[in-house]
Amino acid sequence: MNHFSIQNIRTILNKHKDNKTPLLAVMEELQSYYGYLPREMLIMVSERLDVPLSQVHSVATFYHGFSLHPQGEHVIQACTGTACHVRGGIHVLDHLKTKLNIQAGETTSDLEYTLETINCLGACAVGPTVVTDGKYEGHMTTSKIDHLLEKIEQES
Amino acid sequence: MITLTINDKTIHTQVGRSILEVARDNAIWIPTLCYHEALKPYGGCRLCLVELETPRGSRVVSSCTFPAEDGMVVHTNTKTIQQSRQIVAQLLLARAGHVPFIRELAASVGVNDTPYTLPQDTCVLCARCVRACQEIVGMSAISIANRGSDRVVVPPFKISSADCIECTTCVLVCPTDAITLDDITDSSRTVHEWQSEYARGACRLCEYTLNGN
Repeated sequence: MNHFSIQNIRTILNKHKDNKTPLLAVMEELQSYYGYLPREMLIMVSERLDVPLSQVHSVATFYHGFSLHPQGEHVIQACTGTACHVRGGIHVLDHLKTKLNIQAGETTSDLEYTLETINCLGACAVGPTVVTDGKYEGHMTTSKIDHLLEKIEQES
Repeated sequence: MITLTINDKTIHTQVGRSILEVARDNAIWIPTLCYHEALKPYGGCRLCLVELETPRGSRVVSSCTFPAEDGMVVHTNTKTIQQSRQIVAQLLLARAGHVPFIRELAASVGVNDTPYTLPQDTCVLCARCVRACQEIVGMSAISIANRGSDRVVVPPFKISSADCIECTTCVLVCPTDAITLDDITDSSRTVHEWQSEYARGACRLCEYTLNGN
């Protein structure tokens, strides 16, 4: 994980200084660089861009892509869209919750895994779908989840 | 000047006003919740829906945000409108049926009970407080966080906002009394998760003090 540096945040802010409404672009870049948006960082963004902090907070909590808390090393996304749901996606999600001992939207205390739900990946034909660190896995079952988690553990 | 018809009544009015404003001026009742005269129209509560007659059939629009136009034909009490109002009222009752104002509002559109079950909350997310803080006070100390069924009105990060000047405008404009004076001034209260760190003081704009000094 990249370390919080005021200099770097300034660089990112400066990059968007010609943008008339830079808030979202700046937040996206900070999110992808740091993996999350700590409160102090958002206060700085609010002051620099002259956007009320309440509005920055609104935007940060509205979009799924932003996180106010540190993300785990591996991000596991379980699809709960309609097609995956009718194919048993909810059991896959429940199994992930049990295995990782966290709720959806949470990160394990060792910062290894973050579990998220996602509403549709457009991969309905292979549902239930699970995405691990950006890699799509189709036709998921509880036993396949076990293999998947073992594989991630071995590789890291 | 433009001329339009609301409920078969011919009305002359100036350009640039909403259907709701024109109707109210002519004593035509349209129920509202999120609308407040001092604030910009929000179109959030969907109680003020009206039906327009257009060449392509009827069209349902929110009267608070839709501008009155020349030749427009508006109906405020059709079957479609009554039904949509009733659904909104039923949903409001399901969430905030314990609030007298909401019960009265629902009764005014003929709804006294609800088939829905929702988590109880005094706040109905009309965002009057958020808009008043932004538009009237100019501080934006509070906003709506999260999305969908998780939406809540909170100060940034759910901790007392340095932007709050304790003017209590949000308390005044709240239709359901979801925000109380104590939320803003008493640090022991956590209703709405507003935890103010401030000592009780005068409003920084008008110097009005809550405890009457």
